[in-house]
Amino acid sequence: MSDDKLLEIKDLSIHYFTEEGIVRAVNNVQLSLRRGETLGLVGETGAGKTTTALGIMGLVPDPPGRVVSGEILFGGRDLLRLNKGQMRRHRGKDISMIFQDPMTSLNPIMTMGDQIAEVIRLHEKLSRADANRKAAQVLEMVGIPAQRMNEYPHQFSGGMKQRVVIAIALACNPQLIIADEPTTALDVTIQAQVLELMSQLQSELHTSMLIITHDLGVVADSCQSVAIMYAGRIVESGRIEDIYEDTKHPYTKGLFSSLPSLSTKVKRLKPILGLMPDPANLPAGCPFHPRCDSCMPICTELDPQDTGLGNGHMVRCHLYGQHDAGEDLA
Amino acid sequence: MLRYIAKRLLTMIPVLIGISFIIFVLMYFTPGDPAEMLLGDLATPEQVDALREELGLNDGFFQRYFNYMKGLLKGDLGKSYVSKMPVWDEIATRLPVTARVAFLVAIFAVLIGIPIGILSAVRQYSFIDSITRVFALLGITMPSFWLALLLVLLFSVQLGWLPPSGLYGPIYYIMPILSISAVSIATITRTARSSMLEVIRQDYVRTARAKGQYERVVLFRHALLNAMIPILTIIGIQFAGGLGGAVVNEQVFAIPGLGKLMVDAIKARNYPLIQGSVLVLAVLQSVVNLVVDILYAFVDPRIRSQYSRKVGKKAPKLAVAAAAASDEAAATTLEGGDI
Ligand SMILES: Nc1ncnc2c1ncn2[C@@H]1O[C@H](COP(=O)(O)OP(=O)(O)O)[C@@H](O)[C@H]1O
Ligand SMILES: [Mg+2]
Repeated sequence: MSDDKLLEIKDLSIHYFTEEGIVRAVNNVQLSLRRGETLGLVGETGAGKTTTALGIMGLVPDPPGRVVSGEILFGGRDLLRLNKGQMRRHRGKDISMIFQDPMTSLNPIMTMGDQIAEVIRLHEKLSRADANRKAAQVLEMVGIPAQRMNEYPHQFSGGMKQRVVIAIALACNPQLIIADEPTTALDVTIQAQVLELMSQLQSELHTSMLIITHDLGVVADSCQSVAIMYAGRIVESGRIEDIYEDTKHPYTKGLFSSLPSLSTKVKRLKPILGLMPDPANLPAGCPFHPRCDSCMPICTELDPQDTGLGNGHMVRCHLYGQHDAGEDLA
Repeated sequence: MLRYIAKRLLTMIPVLIGISFIIFVLMYFTPGDPAEMLLGDLATPEQVDALREELGLNDGFFQRYFNYMKGLLKGDLGKSYVSKMPVWDEIATRLPVTARVAFLVAIFAVLIGIPIGILSAVRQYSFIDSITRVFALLGITMPSFWLALLLVLLFSVQLGWLPPSGLYGPIYYIMPILSISAVSIATITRTARSSMLEVIRQDYVRTARAKGQYERVVLFRHALLNAMIPILTIIGIQFAGGLGGAVVNEQVFAIPGLGKLMVDAIKARNYPLIQGSVLVLAVLQSVVNLVVDILYAFVDPRIRSQYSRKVGKKAPKLAVAAAAASDEAAATTLEGGDI
């Protein structure tokens, strides 16, 4: 059963220890991703998505950040137990990451070709010439003529840069690609092209992917499962059909009703009122309760636990939990 | 690129004309008579006047400026009033001494300042960082002649390990280099630290790590190279400053360099020698600036492409960019990051 799980995150917590206090960016996160599948991680800015991704990559900036608990099983091995050298050998080879902003993700003083060849030479025993040849192939694969190898980032547009970033991520044929809002910084027309390119390459190369986004449309198009993140927690997760058709968590419902929908005619979009709490200063109980329409007394006191609804559908909300936890309080 | 260099060399000409004019005016209005100084107290007014006539000091302002410029255009800096030797020959024997010290100081400061700056940035707020910042502050605020005197007291007077003055062998260079380089080391350290701090937060450094690159390579190839522009600027400023600013330290250690030559020339109101030295220093300063700008182009392809594009039109913009870069660097030095 668990054999086909490429990535399984258990109880992951990552905190930033700053002078102003402890920022609880990621709290007891559970995620799993099967081989060949795409998982969407959705949440507002500041929900802890990037921090989760950096946790998987072993790149949480330390100081101030630290993984305080949990396991990140990748192909059955806990990445958090690897030493620096072992983790370094995984990065770029087995797991690679596409960062949010292509404008700043490339080294301005290295040629595109060198930046792609760099990752190839790190993980494959190739001569410089062979690595360059392979870099050229990868560049062609993302739709950029190989003649542009010797150009620098400032000679490329945003969309072209993101293609190069994708080329770097794909160059060593990784098992897992983490794409952190890969299109947020791009023009709408370019967004579609880049997403199209990514899903095409993914199906050619059979790579598993974790897409971080706040666009539920992107999730619907390219993901098999989805996890909704709020204030560092996964509040609901499951197969995409379950989440879209049998939405449980009030926050997820809020996300859907704040979307313009084509199928149902909604007169007005309904934004979720209020702001996400500051992860350095989370409210007691369920962190969503100040904004929740269905808030109950217990919600202000007790943080809800994960509740399984079958078929991998999980929700973290007192509406669905057995309320025996409340009796413990009394 | 070559056209750019040629153009920069041409623009030096008006700068040098301006400098020569200013230094001429300053000398003209400075009190003190070279003839009297040369002849001493016992000379009769007639003797003094004869010498003034001989040196051309009795001519009016414009006549003297005209004569001076006529010489300059022929590449003739004039003759020293004191030694009667051509100014150029005097400078040519002294400049290498100063240049050698300045060069050694620059190398020493770079070799110490850059690694410490990087270490301090990588371990920001650590114990090492705090120590570095304190010493950098000390190095910048402590006058180098004072440090020189302390060193002499310790190593020459107390311990007797090092000769207190002169420049007769490698051992003689130790104290001058230590005292002169303190400021440079401190400035380069601070610039390297603040520039690295800015760069290691950049996304492309994270990208390099995400590729599985070795931390060492991430720091040097990805971060340091990108942090190099302000550091190069400051090295250039320090090196040029070391050429021109050797005045005091050459005095302390009795080093027979250009600085000492200038001080002696100023004391004797030896106008041709003063003017010649200042001009040579100005040329050197401009050349150092040019070399730094060329190094920018080696480091940064964006600057490279600016240089090679239509030189004529781009030049003013470039100058502004370069000025902004050095302003930035200067500002960093002054504020010293967040020290
Ligand atoms: N280096 C850091 N130091 C301190 N706090 C951080 C750091 N990086 C992120 N955070 C905080 O952690 C929280 C989660 O951030 P992030 O993971 O970037 O969220 P997301 O990617 O979902 O927008 C935010 O409150 C953010 O301010
Ligand atoms: Mg993010």
